[in-house]
Amino acid sequence: MDAQHEHAHEGVNYDGIVGPALALGFAVFIFAISFGVLCVNAGGSVPKAMAMSLLVFTGASQFSAVSVIAAGGTAVSAVVGALLLGSRNAIYGVAVAPWLPGSLKYRVAAAQFTIDETTGMTLVQNSPARKKRAFWVTAASIYGFWNVGTLIGALVGNSFDTQKYGLDVAFPAAFVAMVAPLLATRKAQLAGIGGAVVCLATTPFVPIGAPIVMSAVVALIALVPTQRKMQNP
Amino acid sequence: MSWTVVLVLSLGAFLLKVFGFVVIGDRKFPPQVEAVIALIPAALLCALIMKDTFTAGHDLQIDARAVGLVVAVVGVWRKVPIWLVIVLACAATGITRAIS
Repeated sequence: MDAQHEHAHEGVNYDGIVGPALALGFAVFIFAISFGVLCVNAGGSVPKAMAMSLLVFTGASQFSAVSVIAAGGTAVSAVVGALLLGSRNAIYGVAVAPWLPGSLKYRVAAAQFTIDETTGMTLVQNSPARKKRAFWVTAASIYGFWNVGTLIGALVGNSFDTQKYGLDVAFPAAFVAMVAPLLATRKAQLAGIGGAVVCLATTPFVPIGAPIVMSAVVALIALVPTQRKMQNP
Repeated sequence: MSWTVVLVLSLGAFLLKVFGFVVIGDRKFPPQVEAVIALIPAALLCALIMKDTFTAGHDLQIDARAVGLVVAVVGVWRKVPIWLVIVLACAATGITRAIS
């Protein structure tokens, strides 16, 4: 996808980074306001909502944890489900690390900002200088919008009757928006359907929140063709 | 939502990021591990959509939330801006509750 437009000029052209980074920031801003509202309504507080966004800083995981707590799930299932969702950030780290060399302190700091948006923006750039610039510009945009949005949502959140205005549906609506771009491949579509089926099939029988954790098992279908090839007794 | 949940989640999420970025770094995950981790979000997000729309505690039920979900799916499919998708989905469920 990248490296298709190689321009051999001396100075590095940084055009086309700030605009998309701000556009991503605005989308994230809306998620963040929703998150703030839902978090305080799930028994969180403004400081807890802010701690989540400042420290956890990975949107789907934060929504997932609050969603499970809001439904009456256990703390363990909320945390495990959220961390399973956050495991992809480890892969993103491997993908962006070569473009962000530096001291240990620098790399540990950069790791905190390694999420969907920064990884996507970094990998599509066509030169090392642009990749590095895109990572940090996007990180600043997303971190700013995410935390300001969370603060706004958390401050106004308690004044809403979430049921009355249908705000509880902000959870599934946000998840639909998050999952849509992931369903590009057949395997991802099967994983999505499988996850949905596991959740509905197990909900009556296992502790609240556990179906979310259990649905991750479906991701093992990634191994199906590989396993067939590698069956050595 | 206890402080324990907030802090354990913060630490866990950070360690996952550092594990990939700093610990694995220039090396690679085994491709099978990478393939499995890459599919987890699709499975979990779809499970979360089901939980938040069609369950109440241990019960399965279809109610006003389903209307909001349909609106959200159509909105995302038609590439409606995200803020509008969330507003329309919530409004659809709120209105359905008000009139039913």
